Formats: sequence, structure tokens, C-alpha cells
Amino acid sequence: MMKTNNVILETATKVIVFIILLFSVYMFFAGHYEPGGGFIGGLMASGAIVLLLIAYDIKTVTTILPFDFKKVTAVGLLFAAGTAAGGLLFDKPMLTHWFTYVNPPLLGKMSLHTAVLFDIGVFLVVVGVTMTIIQTIGESE
Amino acid sequence: MEILMSFLIGIIFMSATYLMLSKSLLRIIVGTGLLSHGVHLLLLTMGGLKKGAAPLLGQHAEAYTDPLPQALILTAIVIAFGITALFLVVAYRTYQELGSDNMELMRGKEGNE
Amino acid sequence: MNSLITLPLLIPFFTAIILVFFAKNIPVQRWISTIGSISTIIAAVFLAITVYTDGIQTMNLGNWEAPFGITLVSDMTSILLVLTTSLIAFVCLLYSFRSIGKEREEFYYYPSFFFLVLGVNGAFTTGDIFNLFVFFEVMLMASYVLLVLGGTKIQLRETIKYLLVNIISSGLFVMGVAYLYSVVGTLNMAHISLRLHEMGQSGIVTVIAVLFLIVFGIKGALFPLYFWLPGAYYAPPAPVMAMFGALLTKVGIYSIARTYTLFFTQDVGYTHGLLEILAIFTIILGAIGAIAYSDVKKIIIYNIIVAVGVILFGVATFTPESLTGSVFYLIHDMIIKAALFLLIGIIIKVAGTSNLKEMGGLIHRYPGLGWTFFIAALALSGIPPLSGFMGKILIVRAGIDAGNYWGSGIVLLSSLFVLFSVMKIFINGFWGEAREYKQQEKVPVKWLLTAPVILTICAVLYGLGTEALYPIISTAAETLSNPEIYINAVLKE
Repeated sequence: MMKTNNVILETATKVIVFIILLFSVYMFFAGHYEPGGGFIGGLMASGAIVLLLIAYDIKTVTTILPFDFKKVTAVGLLFAAGTAAGGLLFDKPMLTHWFTYVNPPLLGKMSLHTAVLFDIGVFLVVVGVTMTIIQTIGESE
Repeated sequence: MEILMSFLIGIIFMSATYLMLSKSLLRIIVGTGLLSHGVHLLLLTMGGLKKGAAPLLGQHAEAYTDPLPQALILTAIVIAFGITALFLVVAYRTYQELGSDNMELMRGKEGNE
Repeated sequence: MNSLITLPLLIPFFTAIILVFFAKNIPVQRWISTIGSISTIIAAVFLAITVYTDGIQTMNLGNWEAPFGITLVSDMTSILLVLTTSLIAFVCLLYSFRSIGKEREEFYYYPSFFFLVLGVNGAFTTGDIFNLFVFFEVMLMASYVLLVLGGTKIQLRETIKYLLVNIISSGLFVMGVAYLYSVVGTLNMAHISLRLHEMGQSGIVTVIAVLFLIVFGIKGALFPLYFWLPGAYYAPPAPVMAMFGALLTKVGIYSIARTYTLFFTQDVGYTHGLLEILAIFTIILGAIGAIAYSDVKKIIIYNIIVAVGVILFGVATFTPESLTGSVFYLIHDMIIKAALFLLIGIIIKVAGTSNLKEMGGLIHRYPGLGWTFFIAALALSGIPPLSGFMGKILIVRAGIDAGNYWGSGIVLLSSLFVLFSVMKIFINGFWGEAREYKQQEKVPVKWLLTAPVILTICAVLYGLGTEALYPIISTAAETLSNPEIYINAVLKE
């Protein structure tokens, strides 16, 4: 396939990618009390990377993000499984979560929850799996 | 409302079956996607369609909704997402092997004689 | 609460994750997978001892009380199956080291393998009907990858068929769960059982029972629904074939045994009668397939279908004795099928063909292979004192006691056909004139043979130690035939 010169798309992508990534982070943290969470956040983040892939090509994207996405998936699984198994260390059943409230200066009352760690795992797994699949299909072209 | 949903689910299943019976691999995959959508809608309908508050202690609402079907659907959606993605990769490899997505060309004797 | 119950799940899970990081380093992968599978066996043994001494073990995930959260339940049946699974996984790994090939090893063969073990162990351990679906999917996802690895045309074709069949059956599974949930309003299996018993007999429950029979029948290769199996299991290499043949269909059978003893017991005349008829047809058609083909792989594959029928006939008879027989036969069949698949894997490698007509005289060059195959074949058809005997005799006797002479007769007769079909391999393949085979590469027969020899020894010991094992197996069957034990252990009333 011949590479067309998409100036408008490329220029717009440079800005939009960061907006989407920021939104995915927002979605990720919103999932704590409202609709959102690791799965949708991860899909959003991989959407941003796919946009990069469309605007540029697979080579450019691999230089920007030099990860092996299969390993990203594995790191995500490690987070999720680690959080799940973590409860066992404290003599609680698997998947038991723990939370507390902290009061840092300036930011006000915040809750800290181990479910966030689990969700980070989900986020990474979704990004990893989606990108692995898209790269597998895209690479041979 | 439940009856309307039943009709909708029926139509989705019908279209999914039609698509899965076609020769084109891509249509088959779209068909499986539709099938799982139908199943998820069924799961939602079976939990009862009603408005109400989240079932938290101290809400004192008149009606509560059951969160369990929603949790089940979320799980089922994630699984369907993973399987559809895998199916697409397999389909793409098949396309590379055959140069077409026509399932007729997949026929063969090896392993079936 | 005992955290031991999670180890047969967590060890394969973590092993699989760690293996992904070492995808390109094959020696490290082999070491990690050996350690992972041996520790799974050790964990399963300790759990089995705990279950034997202290009774059923449960764990409420996330610290949610029993009917509300997901519960992991390990009773004698499930832990015996988990133990057998871990053993077979270890042996298949040993076989894979020297036969699976560098390309597959680099392309996430071992991680997929451990995800498969995770899915199978999870399906045996879970006490929640939706969680059972999730573990089914984990197992199936891994099996898709294992099936398609290699990417030849036949593998692609069979993977597409297998994927499509399983997507449809998973859809039906979720539908079944949805209907069941709308009727009983719970997902915990023990709680479902309790609620259904309070409800008494009702038509809708029978419908749901048959829907679940269809779902598990597709996975477990029951009579009208086994059409996908001979093709799909034909495609992958021997160790994968052994894992599939020994484990995947057995998960379907276990699910039928669990649901049909624990909660679909209102309308036994209809549901179990249907299961019985289907089981008998499964035996007949499997036997026809096994004697009709002259391809070694196909013969053993059709023998899986015969075994499915025999086990489910025991479940359908639904007396304590027949259930004991079913559990006996289920474990025997897992071990011996894995051994046979690995053995024919070696035969095919040595002979360079899977067609019996092009083989002959293998025993002159490979006597060890020949006699191991002979013993395994005898064990498969249930010649005393080998492992298949006890299970079959219990199933047949219970069938006759229940007045089902036809069914029991067919189960007995099927042994003859099974014996004939495997002896056909032995006579054509091992006796006669030795032929010259063109081997592409040198086959490490001695190394490969250790794997099936371990399993065959297990099968022989399992047969000889029947007397010692009987109390353990009958404890397992007691939990199946008497749901109260299971319910009380889970809900702790």
C-alpha cells in the first residue's frame, strides 16, 4: 500500500492522542466510584495508540513505544494476580481488598484502595492484548 | 418491556444465525459478535428490567436494582471481546493462507478420511 | 478457611505469567515449567490429604459470605480430578520438551499450556455456576491457541470450526445461567440446589436442565453433539492431543456429573432418562467409529467418545454404586487416554505415518514401546486387574440392579469393541514384517517413552490398588450422591 501524505490527520493526531490518553486516565480513576474503570480506560488508551498507527505507520509507533505488548499483558496479569493472591499473605481469602483514608495536605481527603492496583492490572492487560492483536494483523502488511 | 426485549433478542439471534451460515468468514465473525450481544441482552432481561437505586446499605429507596446481572454481563462482554479478537487473528491467518475469506476453499480431505 | 485450596490455581497462573517474560529463552522456560508443574502436583497432594482428613474445603473469595460471593469448593471428586490433571500436565510437559519443536516453544506454547491447566483446575474447583463459565473460557482460550499454534491449513480449518462451535455453546451456557438466575436468583451451586429443592418439580427447571445438558454435551462430546471432536483433536501434535483428549472432554463430563447430581434432580425420570439414552448412543457410535478407521489417531479419538458414554451412563443410573463407578472410570480414563495419545504420538513419529496399513513390525526395533502400548491397551479396555476394570464393573452392576439390562449389556459389549480397536493397532503396527521407514529426524524414543511409561505405571498401580483406593473414591461419590454434604459444607448451616 502506498503511503499517502495525510498532513491534516498527522497534525491533528499529535494533539488528539494526548487528549484521548488523558481521558483514558480520567476514566480509569473515575471507575472507583462512577462508571469507568480499567477495562474501558485500557480500551481508550489502545484507541489512542491505534490512532497513532493510522496516522503514521507501525515502524514509527514502535519507535515511540518500544514495548513488547505481550510483556505488557504479562505485567498486567502479574498486578492483577498479585493483588488477588496478596490477601492470602494476611490470612484472608483470595481477592480480599483493603482500603484506608488519608489526608494529605492541599489535596484533602482521599481513599487508598488495593482495588486500584487490580484495576491497573486490568488496564495493562487490555492495552497489551488489544495492541498485540492489532500488531499481529498489521505487521505483515 | 420484557416482551419487547424478547422480540429484539429473537431478531438478533435470527440475524446472527443467518450470518453464521454464510460462506464468508468475516460474516461468520460478525455473526458470533451479534450472538454474544443477544446473549448479553438476554442476561440483562432475565435479571428483571426495573428502575431503582443501587443496593447499598442506608439508601432507603423504594426500589432497588439487582447489580449481579450487570456484573455478569460485564464479565461476559470482556470474554466475548477476547474471543472475537482471537477469532479475527485466526481469520486473518486463514486469509493469508487461502488468499480469500471464502470458507468453501477451506474444505479438504486430510484428517477426515 | 484454608489457603491451600487456591494453590492448584495460583501456581499454574503465576507460572504462565512468568513464562511470558522468558519467551525467547527456551531452557529457562523448560526449567520454570517443570518447577511449576511439580509444585502444582505437590500442592494438589497436600490438598487431597487435607480433604481426606478434614472433609470438604471451601474458600469464599473476597471474603463475601457463601451464597453472595464466589466460593471455591474442593470436595473429594474435585481434588482427585485436580490431582490427576496436574499429573497429566507434568507428564505431557516432559513429552513436549523433546518433541514440540523450537518454533512453538518460542511462540508461547508453555504459557498457553499453563493457562489450560489453570482453566481445567479452576473448572473442577469452583462452586459457582458463572465462575464455571469463566474457567471454561480460560481453558478454551488456551486450547484455541494450542490448537492453532503451527498454523498449517488443517489446523486453521479445525480451529475455526472448534472456535465457532464453542462460541455457540458458550452463548448457550450464558443463556442457561440467565434462565437459572431468573428462576432461583442465585449463582452459588449449593444455594441453587437448596432453592430448587424448595421449589419442587417444575417444567421450566427441566428445560434449563436440558439446556445445560446441551451446553456440557457439546464440550464433553455427547452423542449428537460430538461431531466437532474427531476433526479438532486430529489436528494438533501429540502432547496437545493428549491434554485435550484427557482433560477437555472430562471437564464437560464433570460439569454434567456435578449439575445432574447436585441440582437437576427434580425430574429424574426425564432428565436422567434422556442422559442415559444419549450415553448409550454415544457408546454405540463411538465404538463404530473406533473399529471403522484404520488411522491410529482416529481410533483413539473415537475411544474418547466411548469412554464419555460409559461414564455418563454411570451418572445417569444415579445410584451411589454407579457414581462410584463413574468416578473410578473418569480418573482411569484421564490417565490412560493421556498415555495412549502420547504412545501413538511416538508411533507416528517413528513410522512417519498415522495410517495402520503402512505400518508393521515395530516391535522388532522398539520392544519397550510395543509392550507399554500393549499394557495400556489392556488397561483401556478394562481387563482385570488393570485400572479400567473396577469402574466398569461397578457401572454395569449398578445398571443391572436398576433394571437397565440393555444399557449395561451395551457397556459390557463396548469393552470388546474397544479391545478390538486397540488390538488392531497392536497387531498391524507392531507385529508382522518390519518395514523401512523414512524418518526425517532422529526420534528420541527413550526420552519420549518415559512420559507414557509413568502414566501406564500409574494406571497399573491404580488398578492393583483398587482395594486401598475404594474408600477414597466412595467418599467422592458420596458427596455426589448426597447433595446435603456439599450444601452443608458450603453454606455452613
